[in-house]
Amino acid sequence: MGKAELIKFVEKEASVAKELPTFKAGDTITVHYKIIEGTKERIQQYQGVVIQRNSEGATETFTVRKISGNIGVERIFPIGSPFIDKIDVNKRGVVRRARIYYIRGLRGKKARIKEKRVR
Amino acid sequence: MSGLIGKKIGMTSIYDASGKNIPCTVIEAGPCVITQVRTIENDGYEAIQLSYDEKKEKHTTKALQKHFEKAGTTPKKISYEFSRFDAEHRKKFGEVIGVDVFEEGEFIDVVGTSKGKGFQGVVKRHGFAGVGDATHGQHNRLRAPGSVGASSWPSRVFKGMRMAGRMGGDRVKMINLQIIKIFPEKNLIVVKGSVPGASGSYLILERWN
Repeated sequence: MGKAELIKFVEKEASVAKELPTFKAGDTITVHYKIIEGTKERIQQYQGVVIQRNSEGATETFTVRKISGNIGVERIFPIGSPFIDKIDVNKRGVVRRARIYYIRGLRGKKARIKEKRVR
Repeated sequence: MSGLIGKKIGMTSIYDASGKNIPCTVIEAGPCVITQVRTIENDGYEAIQLSYDEKKEKHTTKALQKHFEKAGTTPKKISYEFSRFDAEHRKKFGEVIGVDVFEEGEFIDVVGTSKGKGFQGVVKRHGFAGVGDATHGQHNRLRAPGSVGASSWPSRVFKGMRMAGRMGGDRVKMINLQIIKIFPEKNLIVVKGSVPGASGSYLILERWN
């Protein structure tokens, strides 16, 4: 077995299999994130546009951007995080690149992303 | 102590029971063959020599071929002596030692050769601050070491003065790395944190009691 295969083997064995929907940059998603406060656990929702998916395997992360009170907020989630309860895909966007950093410089109407027509 | 020879496979991350993301290194450890037993009567000290990683016979000298033949094994790439090896894991000449010498949760030391960085200046090599100012008349001395000593006394530069030079490629030991997981079927050990060297480089794993 090669080195990459061995790493994949370890990642597979050590992680808990979780069903997440497929999504990519440009999609609008809602992340249901578990938050532990003292002994209580509650679920927070974070909705925004996916800017990028970074890395692969167990170390993969994705960045979600939203505008909160006229201030852009970006949050990076590790995809294997046990704190992610579920992810809803709200909209499929049409973008031409895998990392849509250009959206950071755009505001209001210009920051819109064309929605993919799902047949 | 007990130990093994291994190979760095690479790094990844694993989530523990509380959901913490733990950076960890995957190491292929063993199986190692005991290719020589040093005894006080014969050699004046006690140790066992472990050998690891297959090597082609045509790349092995005749002397080494015989050495491995005696232990009843195929030629190996790397051999290393471990002194004061644990009695419980200390098997006989020619026998194979695997990852079962370690247990999950134990703390081990890992020795390797750090990545070579080439000829480096004092800022990278020794952590000098360099010259603070880029302006105010400063010119091309941003990462210079500054003075290396006084003048007429001692009229020389003291030994051991930190200067630019070859960096990396040293023997480095990381101590107290916790074993997160062991996969005996694939001879893999997952330790918390990083280990020296590039992926594919050899490592020596030891546990001191």
